[in-house]
Amino acid sequence: MKIRLDSVEKSFDSFRAVRGVSLEVESGELVALLGPSGSGKTTILRMVAGLEYADGGSIHFGSVDATDIPVRDRGVGFVFQHYALFPHMTVDENIAFGMKVSKQKRSKAQIDARVADLLRLVKLDGLGSRFPAQISGGQRQRVALARALAVDPKVLLLDEPFGALDTNVRRDLRRWLREIHQELGITTLFVTHDQEEALDLADRVVILNDGQIVQEGTPEEVCRQPSSAFVMKFLGDTNKLKAMVTSGVAAIGNARIEAPGFPDGAVDVFLRPADLDWANEGEGISATVARVIDKPSGRRILAVTESGEAVELDVAPETVVTAQQRGVVTIERARLFASA
Amino acid sequence: MSATAKIKRPPRVGDNPLFRTILIAVVLVVTALFIVAPLAVIGFHAFSQGWQLYAATIAHPDTVHAIMLTVVTALIAVPINTAFGVAAAWAITKFDFPGRRLLLVVIEIPFSISPIVAGVAYLFVYGLQGLFGEMLADADIKILFALPGIVLASMFVTAPFVARELIPLMQAQGRDLEEAATSLGASGWRTFFSVTLPNIRWAMLYGVVLCNARVMGEFGAVSVVSGNIRGQTNTLPLHIELLYHDYQTAGSFAAASILALLAVVTLAAKVALERRGAGRRPALAAPVAVLTENAK
Repeated sequence: MKIRLDSVEKSFDSFRAVRGVSLEVESGELVALLGPSGSGKTTILRMVAGLEYADGGSIHFGSVDATDIPVRDRGVGFVFQHYALFPHMTVDENIAFGMKVSKQKRSKAQIDARVADLLRLVKLDGLGSRFPAQISGGQRQRVALARALAVDPKVLLLDEPFGALDTNVRRDLRRWLREIHQELGITTLFVTHDQEEALDLADRVVILNDGQIVQEGTPEEVCRQPSSAFVMKFLGDTNKLKAMVTSGVAAIGNARIEAPGFPDGAVDVFLRPADLDWANEGEGISATVARVIDKPSGRRILAVTESGEAVELDVAPETVVTAQQRGVVTIERARLFASA
Repeated sequence: MSATAKIKRPPRVGDNPLFRTILIAVVLVVTALFIVAPLAVIGFHAFSQGWQLYAATIAHPDTVHAIMLTVVTALIAVPINTAFGVAAAWAITKFDFPGRRLLLVVIEIPFSISPIVAGVAYLFVYGLQGLFGEMLADADIKILFALPGIVLASMFVTAPFVARELIPLMQAQGRDLEEAATSLGASGWRTFFSVTLPNIRWAMLYGVVLCNARVMGEFGAVSVVSGNIRGQTNTLPLHIELLYHDYQTAGSFAAASILALLAVVTLAAKVALERRGAGRRPALAAPVAVLTENAK
């Protein structure tokens, strides 16, 4: 089922949480709403679910205007960050709940069979008679997903689904959710503040800030062509250096960067640590090493440029470099944005 | 390991035999002096002049009437206040509305006001010279010096009990469970009965027990509005006082023992219900070791 949001608005008291968001999620697509806290991503998800009503704009499911359909009749599966499993019901009863309260009557045998199928799907066979307090966090989240899927929702909505879990469980569940999505092909929208999670899992990433969409695209698009300094910074570690543009070329120290289309004057250059390298001499920014941090995949140099700006760069593990050493930071790739 | 185990470590705070003994002794002595002893005295005095007199006092029509009146009052006031408490707690914790904080304060007023003030206030509102006095008299509705007045006064005094037990719990539980149930297609009533109620029932029951104990024992407010008419508007606590002032010490203790018995029955009911609930739902009573899949 295709989801379409058309200039959706939402305010809480005087705080404008969502400001005119328009968004389309194709049928069967897996889309991430990514943004820092307070960016309105959860509010958007809750409005799609019907847990909040939009102050303005409309939300369509397929050709149906769902804006004013209450959550009960909207036919969405919602997975909460803290699972929201019914603590007084067993895993089986939790999964069966939606089918039991449904207007569409099912026999007990039908419900039992469906519960067994779902338990198999989420790989929790044999745990059906446990209570939520008796299973681990990762298992609880899988039960929550099975419960949401039990009522054959038109769309699946997940609010920070892995936020409360530790890193390893999180990575496993991510891959597993991707597989389930491939198997069921259900339109899925999920919220996260973790860019790695969004890039790892989603077909398309929608980046939000201050209640507005700042960029949307495939993980490749948002990573390779960030549309703003915000997106650049939000997606990963980045250095910001000041540069001067003269006739289409930006200069930082002795380095020159093509800056087509930029007017003469100050500009911000954004550089990821991996876009930089270290050399003893050559064309680049003169700097002094402050510290070297060793990591399994390479070395990170924390350096200070001649003009006093801090720079971090990732270099190959073989690079010989020590603190206090003077040298040159060379630029392999850079992204320019007008000075803010 | 064995070497370190032999080193005598300084005791933690409170973790030395002398301190422990003193602490336990103090608690036991205080409990005995202030709780057990008075109750024992009631029992002792009630039977001090023999079983016959005890039975006679209990069987006296005025006493029987007082017991019945007290029970009837509780049967009306407790369910109403429970419904009110659940509704108030639900409203305050699950919805945002203007005046929410004010409501929270207002609900607590009966806790901080002396019951006698409540009684007098009811006089002003429903008494003959009161706000609705003439209206009620014209309609021939008797509120004061009758059962409705007693029930109203009892309800006023015990209004906060259930709500106060539920509000912190429901605040901690948040709205997730209800939202989950509704998103799965459950109606409001269904959500309440199959999701909300099971998760608040022990707190609610505890509130009901406290409320019931207070309704049955309420003296101040009821003494103002009931008019103390023997055999008509005398509740058990009022009856006890009356007997006591009539120098019928054994009688008043006998009646008091009934009131104490009602309280004990209430407590026993609570414990029994808890046991049963705990037996049916092991997960709620005893947390079982949680499997961790992060161990791999």
